[in-house]
Amino acid sequence: MANYSTNEFRSGLKLMLDGDPCSILENEFVKPGKGQAFNRVKLRNLKSGRVLEKTFKSGESLEGADVMDMDMQYLYNDGDFWYFMEPESFEQHQATENAVGDALQWLSEQDVCVVTLYNGSPLSVVPPNHVELEIVETDPGLRGDTAQGGSKPARLSTGATVKVPLFLDQGDVIKVDTRTGEYQGRVK
Amino acid sequence: MDNWQSGSSLEGLKQRAELLAALRDFFRQRAVMEVDVPLLGRSSVTDINIESISAVVSGNSGYLQTSPEYFLKRLLASGAGDIYCLGKAFRDGESGGRHNPEFTLLEWYRLGWDEHQLMDELAELIQPLFVAQDKPMATVKMTYAEAFTSVLGLDPQDTALVNLQELAVVHGSASWADESRSNCLDLLFSLCVEPQLPAGLVFIYDYPACQSALAQIHSNDKGQLVSRRFEAFINGMELANGYFELTDAVEQARRFASDVQQRAQAGQSEVPVDKHLLDALEAGMPACAGVALGVDRLLMQLQSAGSIAEIMPFSWDRC
Repeated sequence: MANYSTNEFRSGLKLMLDGDPCSILENEFVKPGKGQAFNRVKLRNLKSGRVLEKTFKSGESLEGADVMDMDMQYLYNDGDFWYFMEPESFEQHQATENAVGDALQWLSEQDVCVVTLYNGSPLSVVPPNHVELEIVETDPGLRGDTAQGGSKPARLSTGATVKVPLFLDQGDVIKVDTRTGEYQGRVK
Repeated sequence: MDNWQSGSSLEGLKQRAELLAALRDFFRQRAVMEVDVPLLGRSSVTDINIESISAVVSGNSGYLQTSPEYFLKRLLASGAGDIYCLGKAFRDGESGGRHNPEFTLLEWYRLGWDEHQLMDELAELIQPLFVAQDKPMATVKMTYAEAFTSVLGLDPQDTALVNLQELAVVHGSASWADESRSNCLDLLFSLCVEPQLPAGLVFIYDYPACQSALAQIHSNDKGQLVSRRFEAFINGMELANGYFELTDAVEQARRFASDVQQRAQAGQSEVPVDKHLLDALEAGMPACAGVALGVDRLLMQLQSAGSIAEIMPFSWDRC
């Protein structure tokens, strides 16, 4: 990978830091009038998700990280790995449970996800923003109770549990926002 | 898009005009003469932390001046008396929330004064500007060591270099493990001490001897060598840098030579030493104190602006 000097730092740039791929969130130029210039950088460690702050001497270079985001279709899991396919080349990638992370509870086969590849292997998976899933377990619905507030937990076919209105029943298909985990509406 | 327009509001431009007039007024009343020195010179600073912007002048190399300092000192040696310059300065590679490669600098010299008298005058210049905006400020003075020790619990000069490097690695990154004392101090002061400085106008003086630049050196009451240099901060933002000036041509030539050597070692561009300045010091520069103040930074504080681009008509992005 190419090296990037501090004057090329900008948010979104992916760099290697202490052996881990990181993404720059913020970059600030600091210089005491008579002193060494430096760059204060806020980065997200793409493996752990942790945000860290580092200060580098201006002019210093860091190695770029071989990281890229790609749309891929989720195929299946075999108990050990989750398999994703590039839509153009049909090339398949196996992701560990760690890489799939929280996306796990939303994934249905055929879903198109954003898979972040690091050195060619999946590092993280972002599920579609909205998914439609069937309720497999919830308290019996209260028919006609469509106006009142109030909610109850419902378990979905992929394993996630979300809060839904009281009138919904087992077998109903609902739309959920995976970024917030919130119920959006009934599909049928 | 709308980059053809001014980054500053029209009201902001008016405040800038009023500030420039107020600064000139202040010095006129005190009989300090304005001098209009070149922005383009045949040599420039050798300071390892300041990069000049090069120009080509009729086929010869020239430099946009990083401050009017050397020209002003040549005038002092010529007998000009108390003088000031209010104009532009240029520094390559400096761009950010508080930096623009071209900026407005106010620099002045007082004959027979020391750095403490000059700090007092700086306060007399600054305070009324903020009072006029109903933003009166406290003025605080402390030594570099006091400020440093109160936040980090360490003496900046007695602490072993390896301990400063360890601390710099913790607060900065692994890249500080082999850095010089001066660079480690700069990092720790900027990152840890500056944010903790009291609000208002703060003077930090008696810098460690390794950060002398063009200041004289003396012993403090602990017997440590400290430089007779000060900096002014407003609400934690660096505003001005001043010295009880070095007038010794031999010592100045030694510091230039050391700069040139360090630049070569670091692979930095070669800058010709300003021989006219050395000749001027040789001829005799009167004892004086001098200070340079960032006018754009002062406007940022007066207008409570978040970035320097908001108070400049056209920052480099719009040029």
